[in-house]
Amino acid sequence: MEPFLKLTSRTVVLPAANIDTDQIIPARFLKTTDKLGLGKHAFAGWRYDEGGRPRSEFPLNASETAGARVLVAGENFGCGSSREHAPWALVDWGFRAVVSVAIADIFRANALKNGLLPVVVDSAMHRRLLAGPTTVTIDLESQTLTAYGESVPFAVDPFARRCLIDGVDELGFLLGQADAIARFEQEQT
Amino acid sequence: MAPSSQAAPLTLFEKLWRSHLVRPETADTPAVLYVDLHLVHEVTSPQAFDVLRGQRLQVRRPDRTIATMDHSTPTTPRQNGRFIITDAQCAAQLSQLETNCAEFGIELHPLGDDAQGIVHVIGPELGLTQPGTTIVCGDSHTATHGAFGALAFGVGTTEVGHVLATQCLLQRRAKTLEVRVDGRLGSGVTPKDVILAVIAKLGVGGGAGHILEYTGTAICSLSMEGRMTVCNMSIEAGARAGLIAPDDTTFNYLASRPRAPKRQAWDRAVSAWRRLPTDDGATYDSALAVDGTALEPMITWGTNPGMAIPIRAPVPGTADPAALRYMQLEAGKPVLGRAVDVVFIGSCTNGRLSDLQAAAAVLRGRRVATSVRTLVVPGSQAVKRAAEAEGLDRVFREAGAEWREPGCSMCIAMNGDTLRPGQYAVSTSNRNFEGRQGPGGRTFLASPFTAAAAAVRGFIVDPREML
Ligand code: SF4
Repeated sequence: MEPFLKLTSRTVVLPAANIDTDQIIPARFLKTTDKLGLGKHAFAGWRYDEGGRPRSEFPLNASETAGARVLVAGENFGCGSSREHAPWALVDWGFRAVVSVAIADIFRANALKNGLLPVVVDSAMHRRLLAGPTTVTIDLESQTLTAYGESVPFAVDPFARRCLIDGVDELGFLLGQADAIARFEQEQT
Repeated sequence: MAPSSQAAPLTLFEKLWRSHLVRPETADTPAVLYVDLHLVHEVTSPQAFDVLRGQRLQVRRPDRTIATMDHSTPTTPRQNGRFIITDAQCAAQLSQLETNCAEFGIELHPLGDDAQGIVHVIGPELGLTQPGTTIVCGDSHTATHGAFGALAFGVGTTEVGHVLATQCLLQRRAKTLEVRVDGRLGSGVTPKDVILAVIAKLGVGGGAGHILEYTGTAICSLSMEGRMTVCNMSIEAGARAGLIAPDDTTFNYLASRPRAPKRQAWDRAVSAWRRLPTDDGATYDSALAVDGTALEPMITWGTNPGMAIPIRAPVPGTADPAALRYMQLEAGKPVLGRAVDVVFIGSCTNGRLSDLQAAAAVLRGRRVATSVRTLVVPGSQAVKRAAEAEGLDRVFREAGAEWREPGCSMCIAMNGDTLRPGQYAVSTSNRNFEGRQGPGGRTFLASPFTAAAAAVRGFIVDPREML
């Protein structure tokens, strides 16, 4: 996993509330046994017309969004299914952070495990970010997002933050608990 | 577990949480939570097994891991006893699961196996889902198993790998929300209507960060199958899990199940299970009360499960314009009378025997409208056998509905069972998201009664007219 420290990027804005994981990556693309290559299918239902041609009005298709790493979305982003294909698709497209005022639990947990930082900001900053693409700086060390010359704090679980900064998976920590797990299993029986 | 009378009063969730802590949480690290049962299916597991292989790890407890095939399996009737898988990617995913289970020593119920079916249907059926346990699966509807008083929730594929390798998960403790439903459900009002009403009240994000515990007389009087329908859709309110305290209904359901404890072990288990319910005086972080007696059959009008109304009510004036545009509906007008193209009866929400019995009660002696394609998809091979033993398959066939092999089918539309763009469906499944049942498809979520009634009339009707 690529470490996450500090990122300055243009934003892509999808203002709808309750964007579910079926929109982020429709189920017909879950037949893969791979993690890679899902970026081209991200938001497929909104991004392409019935003939598979890109819809010019959809933000991800605009040429100025190429290279953008930060997605700003309406509240309760990522609700619905537990498919980790959702963060895989967003990361494969190039995103490294999702900003909203509320992010669904399972999506948030999945995102953190894939170097995609969920950033929950206050509603005043959220409203400004939803107004249109801009440039933001997200600093995981200081846990701040800066836009329009203003910095707002955001919360991240300290353990997940450490893993992101170091670019390591949580599996190593769990494997290190082997003795405690064995003790627990013994007491259980 | 200490007798609850002496210790501080605890909620069911707190008892489940405490009894599975390998290591408590601290400010710096989440808790290490032990997982008693890990359910695996073909869609969310291949990349997790790859991680194990890449790091030369074993599955820590293959005896606590069980796999089935459900999401991408064909549900078209067998030909000469054989399943025909036409989609090469689905076939590859299914055979990958076989390879992975063989290599890591995991019990698998493959296509055609007697115990195959939707993962959340077979766990309870086999008696693997037991009170007081922790259960996870790479699937958000794992909340279903909470109906037994088990802490059960969905995880992503990375965490599937964590559980395979360590039988544990890193978790922060959730908050608790009591959803109390008192009263008596009216005729034609089902557990599906209860949960749709709850989600409409909470909103699709209203349960975030919480475990919902369903309590009250209306919940206690539900069968296990009804309780599963309720818990199943907890995730649609954004909650991590749903719970119902185990009681005699729970124990009676489990008593004869093949994988439930036997003889003295059973007696010991039941006396431990009786200590699980929330203690008098224990408190929840928040609460919601619903009057069960006042509930009516519910139906969704929009593009998330929170957009639900009593079946005779108009679409709210405040309806989200994007949802109305997608559904081609107007605010202020009812959905009653809307023509439908497809009716889907099945899924882990409403694909169990009692659901098929409800649908059959409406379809018996009637014909589905010629304009409607009606699919009846049992939740598992066991449900299929039980339904056929009662002759329900004949009721469905004689009514002009399709009787299929078990699987997720049109709930997720991965296996070729899909809506065509623009089609309207009444579905007993759990998600009406845009394109969920096929690109451009439009879904009304409702109970098996309401779905079957729409199949007969060809448009949305109040099912109470037909009972
Ligand atoms: S029936 Fe639908 S919700 Fe249930 S496990 Fe299958 S795809 Fe998921």
